[in-house]
Amino acid sequence: MAKYAFYPGCSLETGGIEYGMSSHAVAEALGIEFLEVPDWNCCGASSAHMTDHLLSLALPARVLALAETLPVNEMVAPCAACHQRFAAVEYELQNEDLRRKVNSLLERPYTGKVRLRSYLDVFANPATLEEIRKKVKRSLKGLKVACYYGCLFVKPPKLVNFVDDPENPQAMDNIMRVLGAEPLPWPYKTECCGASLGMTREDACTKLCNDILKIAKDSGADCIVAACPLCQQNLDMRQITVEKKYGTQYRMPIPFFTQLIGLALGLDPKVLGFKKLFVDPVMVLRKVGAA
Amino acid sequence: MSEFNLSQALETNRSFVDKVIAESGQDIRQCYQCAKCSGGCPGTFAMDYLPNQIMRMLMLGMKEEVLKSQTIWVCMACNTCTTRCIRDIDVARVMDTLRQEAVKHGYTEKGRLVLIFNDVFLGTVRSYGRLFEAGLLMMNNMRTGNLMKDMQFGLPMMLKGKAKPFPHRIKGRKEIRKIFEETRRREGK
Repeated sequence: MAKYAFYPGCSLETGGIEYGMSSHAVAEALGIEFLEVPDWNCCGASSAHMTDHLLSLALPARVLALAETLPVNEMVAPCAACHQRFAAVEYELQNEDLRRKVNSLLERPYTGKVRLRSYLDVFANPATLEEIRKKVKRSLKGLKVACYYGCLFVKPPKLVNFVDDPENPQAMDNIMRVLGAEPLPWPYKTECCGASLGMTREDACTKLCNDILKIAKDSGADCIVAACPLCQQNLDMRQITVEKKYGTQYRMPIPFFTQLIGLALGLDPKVLGFKKLFVDPVMVLRKVGAA
Repeated sequence: MSEFNLSQALETNRSFVDKVIAESGQDIRQCYQCAKCSGGCPGTFAMDYLPNQIMRMLMLGMKEEVLKSQTIWVCMACNTCTTRCIRDIDVARVMDTLRQEAVKHGYTEKGRLVLIFNDVFLGTVRSYGRLFEAGLLMMNNMRTGNLMKDMQFGLPMMLKGKAKPFPHRIKGRKEIRKIFEETRRREGK
């Protein structure tokens, strides 16, 4: 049984609560064990690395050090923004001086014993894909999906150390194929949604969201599949604002990839948090016979 | 832009350029202006200078122009520039350094909203150990004077159980506070 330290990050308990719900339900169904990092703190996100380099390393380093108390070799962070901050710690603290400096700020030193694993790879590795294939009860046949990776799961590749093409990643596409859905080729897989500007430059953020929604719609997508709680919330919740500003009517559901895995495994849409989505996913559910 | 004496600027600001190189760990002099960073940047429509122009201006010692630019505050840290740079420069990291230098030199006007947001965000982390989203929204609106910003999302978020009215306090708050205080002290702030 695969076992990982699990870092929910602040969003999985608030704005991206359905990502957490579906993650746990799907993990249980697939026999994957997630052990929550005890007393975890916020990774500092972009606010920390824009403010102070040392702070941006110390906050996630504390979490990785706590993960080292668990009986695991790897840690996962479902949020792409958190994932990138942990990747930065792994990459930068190879420098001994910097590691000493960061460790002098922590109660428990970070040793690098627990390695970061991409959350997408937890499901997209060949063994788990095969496991999913065996357990699919309700094929998502006929569902056309635009897999949206966002920026930080795959960029910059030197940092995130995840073997996937940063311009045309395939991990989520492969998962969707196993579920029976049809992942579309579309050019905005890793284009930025502007989530970090949502509070400060809403005009810019709205434009970027509109671009992504429009290209997905034009590509024939029934829904955009998300892997990052910030991207998901941005594209889902702000769709009202986007539609008003640009006079459009996308009504594009933005489920998490874990919600679609759960659906295909035959789990109850309620357990998977489909009701938490802002844009009604009923069209998606109906298309696969789950509503 | 007015007349500009390039050789003089580089003479006067060489130490600034060296500092940006040292702080970011990126040798911006390697940039040969292929402009792939700007080609891929999703934020250029809202910028006054393109990312490759910022890199060139830096090399030329145009300190004030760079630190006063809108560009450094529009950058969304998406890392597309860094991913595509064929000279292996972490452009996004340079932008981080420039934002920090702008604050140190008092050029905060164009970054006002970003700085308030970051300050409030980190303030909740410092107090509780985790981000307190509802508090972030309210405090951010109070400090920016934009009281109704995103308020239409508040109630639906609450109803869906996506916004918690109270913060979650972790046990290791003292350790978190120490991290904040020490990093601030070492930066001489």
